[in-house]
Amino acid sequence: MLSRYLRLLGVQLRASSLLAMQYRGDFLLEGLISLFWTGTALAPLFVVYGDRGSIAGWSFGEALLVVGWFTLLQGVLEGAITPSLNGVVEHIRKGTLDFVLLKPADAQFLVSTTRFLPWRATNVLTGIGIFIYAFHLLGRGPSIPGLFAALVLLATSTLLLYSLWILTVSAAFFVVRVDNLTYFFQSIFDAARWPAPIFKGALAFVFTFIIPLALMTTFPAEAMLGRLPLKSLVAAVVGSCVFAFVSRRVWLRSIGHYTSASS
Amino acid sequence: MSLRTAVRAFPTLLRVGVSEALAYRAELIVWVLSTTMPLIMMALWTAVAREAPIGRYGAPDFVGYFLATFVVRQLTGAWAAWQINFEVRQGTLAMRLLRPISPLWSYAAENLGAFPMRLLIAVPVTLLSLSIVGGQAVPQHWWGWPMLLVAILGGWLITFLANVAIGTMALFMESSQKLMDVWLVLFFVFSGYMYPVELFPPLLRSIADWLPFRNQIGLPVELMTNKHGLQEALLMLGRQWLWVLVMGVFAITLWRRGLRRFAAFGG
Repeated sequence: MLSRYLRLLGVQLRASSLLAMQYRGDFLLEGLISLFWTGTALAPLFVVYGDRGSIAGWSFGEALLVVGWFTLLQGVLEGAITPSLNGVVEHIRKGTLDFVLLKPADAQFLVSTTRFLPWRATNVLTGIGIFIYAFHLLGRGPSIPGLFAALVLLATSTLLLYSLWILTVSAAFFVVRVDNLTYFFQSIFDAARWPAPIFKGALAFVFTFIIPLALMTTFPAEAMLGRLPLKSLVAAVVGSCVFAFVSRRVWLRSIGHYTSASS
Repeated sequence: MSLRTAVRAFPTLLRVGVSEALAYRAELIVWVLSTTMPLIMMALWTAVAREAPIGRYGAPDFVGYFLATFVVRQLTGAWAAWQINFEVRQGTLAMRLLRPISPLWSYAAENLGAFPMRLLIAVPVTLLSLSIVGGQAVPQHWWGWPMLLVAILGGWLITFLANVAIGTMALFMESSQKLMDVWLVLFFVFSGYMYPVELFPPLLRSIADWLPFRNQIGLPVELMTNKHGLQEALLMLGRQWLWVLVMGVFAITLWRRGLRRFAAFGG
């Protein structure tokens, strides 16, 4: 069973990389766009830190680490998660999801592996560049166990992002016109650009428990600085697993509600 | 396709637009939810201003500013670029071209049709802002109100015409989606949507003054929160409407040239 799905994943990956190889110019373009994006993403940071050393206990260099994680995850999100799930929204609108549902494999697996944009990996490179610059500013290196913790957190964040996307797409089954769901999601994810302790009150609650943005960018940044408590790491792993489980249940439920629009 | 027929048909088109907005209210809610950035920025900037004010903005000023930003964004929204891009690629633009009135009028009517529904959100938020910030949340002088209305109309026109221009680019290139994304990022940075333009470092600030983006959000918001005197406000309104004119000529010329390239098959 597992080997069959692995083989299927291989096939889908090969198909989309072949597609991407056709447009090698995209590599350069994506790189440029990614740099441009990062530049504009940094602009507010420069304005905020214009004449003060730290905000909510985060210095400029430390906040840069958060931006680095944001950029990196944006690459993961836009390169591996969004493209195929945008396809689902299209399927739902056109009523062609039936063709996917009829195939003898898990529908969620199929819809989430159909399309990758490998050139978006340039975002990951930009993120790593920001890390190097940030540590240069801080005048020290990352902590080694912290780096491993950060890698674990990268996995949990990806899982979280993916689950959040599945939840958003599930909403597409109930909302009539959904072209702008992508923008909705992006605008929420945008808040992850800032260190979580900045947010107070209601927003802090929402961003920690309902939409766990803190976990995606602030935790890994803290881990690299070597100040993330072990308790938080465990909570992140458990939390993201629970989140994935919930999104899976919701997806199955929405599929159950789906009535083809075409026939 | 004379202007007279267009003007006569416009009220009907508007009514259609309003009922369409009513029919797709769920989508409108999703859209409103996706414009929550001012609220996030509000949290951020009030945290920054807690120790000491920045420029002339203290924590309550930021609350007023960003609630006004939220309101203005609702009232100046347009999505014609996505519509045109989609209809060009699907070829359904042909249907619109069959009508005896320019499609631009019907796009405008559809986009404006959401206005009453958006007021339902904008008015309570303004009242909330009034209750938190006090009188500073709305214009203090009598002349502030008509100016605010003119500024909102100008802001909407610039947003809409930019949408038309970018959407039309789909006729020249495969898809104008990427172009729209680039426009949006510039808009977010330079419009005053994420922070008041006057907080920029001097160089960026003078760039922002010359670009069209500030006229879309920043100017109406600044007028709403009483940031300018009468003379300064008049000068800025003049600059805004100059942009409306430039964008109008540019968008319509582009549209006319683009249509010549349009060839839809099937139908």
